[in-house]
Formats: sequence, structure tokens, C-alpha cells
Amino acid sequence: MNYLRRASPLHATRAGVGAAYCAAMVLAALVIPNPLVLGVLALALLAAGAGARAGGRVARSLYLSVPMAVLIVLVNALVSREGLTVIARLGDAGPLGQLDITLEAVAYGAREALVLIVIIAACALASAAVDPDELLRSLRRVSFRSALTATIATRMVPLLALDARRIGEAQRCRPNPGGRLAVMRAITANALDRSLDVAATLEVRGYGSARRPARAHRPWSRHDLAFAGSALAIAVLALALRTPFSFYPSIHGSFGVRTWVLAAALAFAALAPFTQRRGIMR
Amino acid sequence: MNALELAGVSYTYPEAPVPALLELTLEIAQGEFVVLAGGSAAGKSTLLGVACGLVPHFHGGRFDGRAEICGMSLRDHGPAALAAEVGTLFQDPETQVVMGTVRAELAFPLENRGHSAVAVARGVEEVALALGIEALLERSTVELSGGECQRVALGAALAGRPRLLVLDEPTSQLDPVAGDELLGLLRRLNEEWGTTILLAEHRLERCLGAADRVIALDRGEIVCDAAPSGFLEWAHDAVPALETPGATLVAGLGLAPAPAGVKQARATLRAAGLLPDPAAPPAPPAGEPRWRRRRAPPASLRLRHVWHELSDGPAILAGVSLSVAAGERVVLLGRNGAGKSTLLRHAAGLAQATRGRVERAGRVALLLQNPGDYFIHDRVGDELDGAVLARAGLGALADRHPRDCSGGERQRLALAIVTGGEPAPAVLCLDEPTRGMDRAAKATLAGELIDWSARGVAVVVATHDPEFAAGFATRAVLLADGRVLADSSPADLLSGGWYFATETARILGGHHGILTPAQALAELSADPAAVEAHR
Repeated sequence: MNYLRRASPLHATRAGVGAAYCAAMVLAALVIPNPLVLGVLALALLAAGAGARAGGRVARSLYLSVPMAVLIVLVNALVSREGLTVIARLGDAGPLGQLDITLEAVAYGAREALVLIVIIAACALASAAVDPDELLRSLRRVSFRSALTATIATRMVPLLALDARRIGEAQRCRPNPGGRLAVMRAITANALDRSLDVAATLEVRGYGSARRPARAHRPWSRHDLAFAGSALAIAVLALALRTPFSFYPSIHGSFGVRTWVLAAALAFAALAPFTQRRGIMR
Repeated sequence: MNALELAGVSYTYPEAPVPALLELTLEIAQGEFVVLAGGSAAGKSTLLGVACGLVPHFHGGRFDGRAEICGMSLRDHGPAALAAEVGTLFQDPETQVVMGTVRAELAFPLENRGHSAVAVARGVEEVALALGIEALLERSTVELSGGECQRVALGAALAGRPRLLVLDEPTSQLDPVAGDELLGLLRRLNEEWGTTILLAEHRLERCLGAADRVIALDRGEIVCDAAPSGFLEWAHDAVPALETPGATLVAGLGLAPAPAGVKQARATLRAAGLLPDPAAPPAPPAGEPRWRRRRAPPASLRLRHVWHELSDGPAILAGVSLSVAAGERVVLLGRNGAGKSTLLRHAAGLAQATRGRVERAGRVALLLQNPGDYFIHDRVGDELDGAVLARAGLGALADRHPRDCSGGERQRLALAIVTGGEPAPAVLCLDEPTRGMDRAAKATLAGELIDWSARGVAVVVATHDPEFAAGFATRAVLLADGRVLADSSPADLLSGGWYFATETARILGGHHGILTPAQALAELSADPAAVEAHR
């Protein structure tokens, strides 16, 4: 929703391929159980963010995901009773019974937390580097009005955020600022006005008689090919080379050479397209 | 076939007590450049709404009479159908851009019409080249400045090569440079593409030079329909508030014809031997002598080397130092993005300097660009104490919803809100207060600001309107790229430039720092015999 065009290989890629690349990351996070590989995937995502000149955006997603991740680890450690290796005994917790923290519960929680971190980071990368207009335009051939409505909604979000900030500033200028509720009402009323203005603009741009757009032919660039190949490689690696890993009742999994090879292959597949620097500025 | 044909058109907005348009009969031929003039609520925007089909199809209400736009009946065609022939540009650039990138924005109207991908790509390239915005094509629309945004919106309106272009105060949020560029574009479209232009504008001095015809409205009725000179002669007698400064000057000297632009006014004065000699030595600076400056009253507001630097971004203010004394009336001028609004935010404490400091002698009241942002209640009477409301002359509006007030009333209400309460402000700052205001409302506001300064309040106003600035300011500051470029008297600053100059100053070539028709008449009439001799 805050897409800004940058000179990067991922920005130069067609939106559908860019979205597929980020989706492949999400798929890998969901199907790979090994925390080591997940950790490498998370680092690869941060590096990809930097390669797409959106490192700050991807890193800032950690502000959202890390507190949630900590919460997941804590809750799982407290409620899971399946592990065998007790690392702390917290005693009797009334209706919750005996609270024993197990290594397996902590590890499983950490794995789930890593999945969350990777998914949120992949979404942050997609929102920073994948052109929503182009993506939704390609969807318009499937469902024109739904895709367009989604486009307008994505446009309204930053616009309304700006309005809210402006109204907040205006309220600070009042000698007797209104309460939070009154300000919220003002922002809501303003949003309705904004929606009417945007609706009027849509009308005069011919949206009311809109037809399904024609298919556009666009030659595949080196970046399209590289990221499409990367997305495919990540998906295949994630699906085909899943290393068995179980957390309960005790941790059984590989941290051997095969796991390291898989992790390295995933990182290479994720980052290789960023080495293509030709033609990155449209 | 005419671009617009109205026969007995009357229109009343839903639940409105009086019609916005009354028995309008009008024909606009293909290729004409028509300016709509009139005060606030005269019916200009409603007439433009009819021309693009938003009235009555989008707004509802009661519509009588017959309207044909480029041969299409308004009864059978809504705005979407009319969009094939009519391009529309509104006042607010932000709400007219609906897509995320400039390319997508320009392609949107063409895609809506089901053009092939090749035709869309070609249309986007052509309109971008025509408007000189090809470098913006891959830019995100949230990154655009106000002027760029307005050009992109104009591009979207023109993408389908419409025969009629309808514009509602398109320059009201633009600085003089961007405004002139936009009007130049319109003139070129009209002359080279033959596009019919229907433009509503309050600052008539900016656009009459390009117009073929002016239609003046009052309370929904056409009160004048003439060529620019004829309109100005009519306005001189009937509605002086609609007269341009150049026309006021020429008429005040008893000369004719009324000039539609600076060039014509200069020609008239030159023919009468009244145009000051451009080779004459420049007038001495009108600033106060140094000894007076040293004994200036203590500052109500002082900015000391204030920097506003964005993280990962540019410096919006770069070491600005400015001191404003009690009772002083300062106007801040500069292009969009020069740092005027940021400076006012720092003055009011809404922003923190990354370097430097701001000293205030008391409360700073700041009126931001959108007066509507200050309203949080459903009744005007709930926004303010009854006595304050009455003092602001808004007592009669107490039961009205703030959003139902006119632009000028909203402005006064917001001004009363920020200046009300205790303690009384030591500094009053206004950011672009004249957007969408007619000349009469601007004159009223200028009078109010002079009253505030007479009570010892320092007044600082950021504006793009040199005529308004000349009407109230005692000091003018020009900002560019976050720096103070010039700080002098309005006579010095507003008479010496091309863009930041009043129409009178441009006519007289900056002679003796004359800014207004009244000053010019006093100067040029100093030798009444010379004037009389040339009448």
C-alpha cells in the first residue's frame, strides 16, 4: 500500500512475478519445519529487502512480528504439555495445573514464531516492491470491478492516513482540543467526504461504463525470468527437500550437511536474481 | 455541433431551499476558451457539473430543461458515457488521482473505455509527452508535488482526447509558477488541439488573457456573457469585485478598452503616455532605515537557525532565521515545497526542529490549509462559545452543520476557533487561507488580519496569492528550498519579480514598488493634466 518505485531488480520485475517470488517465500516458510532453514530463509528475506532497496521497510516489519513472535513462544511454552525435557518448573498455577516449561515447547514456539516473522517480512517486501496497480490490473481480466475496488481501497489507505494526521494536527491547534472520540468522528466524516470526491473522480474517468481490459503483451525481461526461476526454485526446494523434523515428544531433526545444503540452496535461489543489475530503472 | 448547449436549465441540489442554476440558456461552440466568473455560490461549479454529467446523475436533485454536451443529451448520458467527450479537472489534486503510479493513472480512463493494450500504451505516451510529464510516468502518485499531481490529473482528463475540457479552479492550490504553467498548457491545448475549455476561476487576472469569452454568474443566473473586455467593462459598473487589478487601473485613469491581460494594459498605458519609463532608475529600497530596525519592538516569534531534516530525506528547512515583531504582518511566499507550511508548523510547535530553536512570546494560533479539519461537532454553535461566535459574526449560523457553511464562513469559523480561548494569541499564522475564496472574501479576510495586528498580534501568512499579500502585508519573505531568499517590504519583493508580483506591478514593470491599482492611480494621477490630455 506504500509502493514506491525504486531502481532495483525486484521493482523492475512484472508485478505477477514479484508477487509469486514473495509467495514462494511464504510457501517455503509454511512447509519447511526445520528452524535452521527457516532462520536462513528469514536472513535471506532481509537481504532480499536490502537488494530491493526496501531493507528499512522489511526490517521495520520486525517491529510488528517480533512482539507477536515472543508472545507465541511464551504462550506455547506455558500451555503445551507434550514435551519431555523440562527446563523450568513453575509450580502449581491453580486451574491451569502444574506448569512445567519444556525445551520442546519452547523450540516449537520458536519455530512457529519464525514462520510468522518470515511471512510478515515477505508481505512487507511485496508491499514495498510489487506494483499494486499492475498486479490488480492483471487481475481485472478475471474480475474487473473487484480488482478495481481493491485498487481504489489501496489508494485510499495512505490518503486517509494523511487526512488523519492533518486533522490530528488541526486539533492540536485548537485551544481546547476535542476528545479522542470527537476526533475519530471528524476523521470518519472526512473519510466519507473523501470517498465522495474519489467516487466523483471515478465517474468522470469513465469507471461507470468500464469494460474488461484487453490482454497486454509485454516481453519477458531478464528480471522477469530470473525472479520467476527463483520463485520456482524456492517452491520446488521447499516442497521436495523437506527435511523431517519433529518437536514432540522430543526434538528429532537433522542439522547435518543435507540441511545446510538445503538452506544454502534456498538462500542462493532467493538472492541470485538480485545480482542482475542491468535495466533496473524503468 | 456545439460543445455545450443548455436550454432553460434549472437545477436544485437535494434538500436545498433554492436552485443553484436558474433558467440557464447557453451555447458554447467547439474550440472556444470560456471563463466562468462569479462570487462564491454563484453556480459556477454546478454549471461545470452539468457539463461533465455529475449534475444531476451523481449529485441527484431536481433538474429541468435541456442540456446537450457534444451532441449527447444529458438525460440519456451519465458522466461515464460523457467521459468519452468531456475531460474534467477539479480543484483538489489529491482526490483526483486514484491509482498508485502515474502510468496507471493515465491509462485508467483509456482502459475503462476498453481500448486495446496498444492503444492504451500509445495514448499514455502521447498525453505524457504533450504535457511534459513523461519523466513522471513510473513515479508513485503519493510522491508527487501539488503541481505535478494537478498535471497528472489533467493528463488523465485529456488521455482520451476529449473535445470539451471542464476545469474547476485548477490553479487554486498551485504556486504562481505551476499555475502559469497549467494555464499555458490550457492555452496550447485550445489553440493547437482545438479543445474547448470551460474554466471556473476566481483569480481572473491569471486567465482572461487566454479567454475568448467570459460568462458571469450570480445566484445561478447568467448576468454577463461577453468577450473579456466587454466583461471587464460590465464588471466595472456592476460588480467591481470581479474586476481585475489591470482593468481597475485602466478604468481609474479613464482609459479604454478594459485590458484582459498585462500586455493589453501596458499597450493602453503606453498609448496614453502613462507607462513609466523602463529605463528610469529603480526606486530606492522602501525598507526602514537601520536605526529604526535596531530599535524594533521585541519579537513575538523568533526562529533561530531552524533546520527540519527528514531522516533518509532532504532538509525542508535549512537554517531559517526569522524574527516577527508584535503587530507586524508578514507574508511568506515561495513555490510549492519551498518550506512555508513547515515553517508555520514550527512556529506553532507542531514540528520540532532537528537543529536550531523557536522562541515564542505567547500562544501561537495556526490556521492550517483545510478549515474543515478543525470541526468536530455537528453544530457550529457547539464548536465555539456563543459570545465568541457572535464576535466573529457567525451567530446566525449557530444551528448549521459546519460542513454546510460556505468556504468563507468555514474559514471565519476556523479562524475564530484557533484565536478563541485563553490566553489570546501573540502570533497568528495562516497557511494558504485564500484557496477557493472570491475577491470580496479575500478583502474581508485582509481586513480581519489588519485588525488583529492593530491589537498587537503578529500575523504570518503563507500564500501564493500576490494580490492578497499586497492587500495586507507590511513585510514579505521569499522562501526557496527551505531557505530565506529575500526578506523585505512587499513593495520591494512583489514589484520586482515575474511570478511573485501583482498584476499592477507587472503592468508598471515594478515602477516605484507600486503594487495595487489604488497606489498606481495615486502615482499616475499626480499629474492630472497629463492624464486628462490623453483621455
